[in-house]
Amino acid sequence: MTSQQVVIVGSGQGGFQVAASLRDMGFDGHVTIVGEESGLPYQRPPLSKAFLTGQMQHEHLLLRPASFFESRKISLIAPERVQAIARDKREVVLQSGRCFHYDHLVLATGARARPVKVPGAEQQRVVLLRGLADAIQVRAWLQRAQRIVIIGAGFIGLEIAAIAAAMGIETDVLDFAERGLKRSVSAFCADFLATAHATAGVRFHFSTAIAHISGSDGIATGVVSADGRHFAADMVLVGIGVEPNTELAQEAGLEVSNGIVVDCHLQTADPAISAIGDCALYPSAFFPRPMRIESVQNAVDQARCVASRIAGKPASYHKVPWFWSDQGAYKLQIAGVASEADQAVLRGDMSTGKFSVFRFHNGRLTAVESINRPGDHLAARKLIEAGTLLSHEQAADDNFKLNQRAA
Amino acid sequence: MPNITYVQPDGARRTLVAAAGSTVMQTAIANDVAGIVAECGGSAMCATCHVYVDPEYIDRLPPVSEVENEMLASAASERRETSRLSCQLSVGGDVDELVVHVPSCQV
Repeated sequence: MTSQQVVIVGSGQGGFQVAASLRDMGFDGHVTIVGEESGLPYQRPPLSKAFLTGQMQHEHLLLRPASFFESRKISLIAPERVQAIARDKREVVLQSGRCFHYDHLVLATGARARPVKVPGAEQQRVVLLRGLADAIQVRAWLQRAQRIVIIGAGFIGLEIAAIAAAMGIETDVLDFAERGLKRSVSAFCADFLATAHATAGVRFHFSTAIAHISGSDGIATGVVSADGRHFAADMVLVGIGVEPNTELAQEAGLEVSNGIVVDCHLQTADPAISAIGDCALYPSAFFPRPMRIESVQNAVDQARCVASRIAGKPASYHKVPWFWSDQGAYKLQIAGVASEADQAVLRGDMSTGKFSVFRFHNGRLTAVESINRPGDHLAARKLIEAGTLLSHEQAADDNFKLNQRAA
Repeated sequence: MPNITYVQPDGARRTLVAAAGSTVMQTAIANDVAGIVAECGGSAMCATCHVYVDPEYIDRLPPVSEVENEMLASAASERRETSRLSCQLSVGGDVDELVVHVPSCQV
């Protein structure tokens, strides 16, 4: 065991957690993290939340201080890029030319923000939000902006819309779908949140395709829709989802589709290489087909699963995915993954601002979306994990005790 | 500057000077205090920064919010009267000194 070398590609929350968990589990080999961003690993979720409002400072984004890495003998090589994986030699080749041998390689390469492919997207003041450098720029521009256009009514777009509107910035959100959060939550939940944001001053423009981003002297001045409307802005934020970073795996001959393909142990076809987090496409009893999940919980739990295998205790990955999002005054929590067509059963009174939506597919509970109802969310994680049968009537009945059912 | 003392399950104590306005969780993470995981980074969404506040100090703290109360139900170690999520406990102002006990497990 002592001579084992683990190399982790990616210094996000997943990559960090593999290293931390290996040490927690007593692994005494070499642990190296290679990260593309400079500095210590940090949390991404606050970048679209408390960090933008200034409530959270940079130092509080760090997952752990430098002393943590020193005391646990975790070497962090950053900023540095992995150029290639030489699988025959079990080596990673870095851009600087350095090579590292691995006994186990963990790909935690994450995802990148998807750029919008319209004319004018290359101008200044058009920004994608993914990393700390992006967030610092967005935060600075928000301080000066009077009008913002947000392309995409997904989690990131709506979180930022809520912040911008609260800062008194005129906020327009454009999405080609007929409602927000279409891929993520039920219409109940999406409409409730859109109404709440609209009340706070956000203007929504659904079923609106983008033609181009207008500009002057290379600086964006607004967005023009396909039907010819112009939405003036002094900054344009693009939040239309992410693309997994799979190129390294693909060039190494590993199977890739919408993510790096892994089995139920999160292992690729090469037993020395695993993939976790946003970049990994994995099978689960909770999904109808292999999926790629973008969440902190997924990255962290998968990291623990792989670390445990490397440390000598293999187990298949079996966790219910869960998510959270701060939407203005509302906390949205989701347990499980629903398909768009899944039925939606409402529990609680939407007018109180506290309710949950239970999603069903063929009578099976697939996901629960909760607004300011953490108790429902916690019960839902257990219900979905255990595959507990729940009727639509029970889900809708506020007097029916979910906790007891879940216990 | 406020002081926070963290007591580990084995009785080991560590006292740290915290920045006014920072939370018990943030101070623990920044100083690598064992046993505070803080997976969600302070959103009261994961209950992995659970602590037991020393009874002497419990009355000085603001009450448990509804969200914190419900999330504490999912803490990995047993919930007690003195249980709090340390991401919800800011120091400074009236709270210039605090003693918290770290539970034996968080996940």
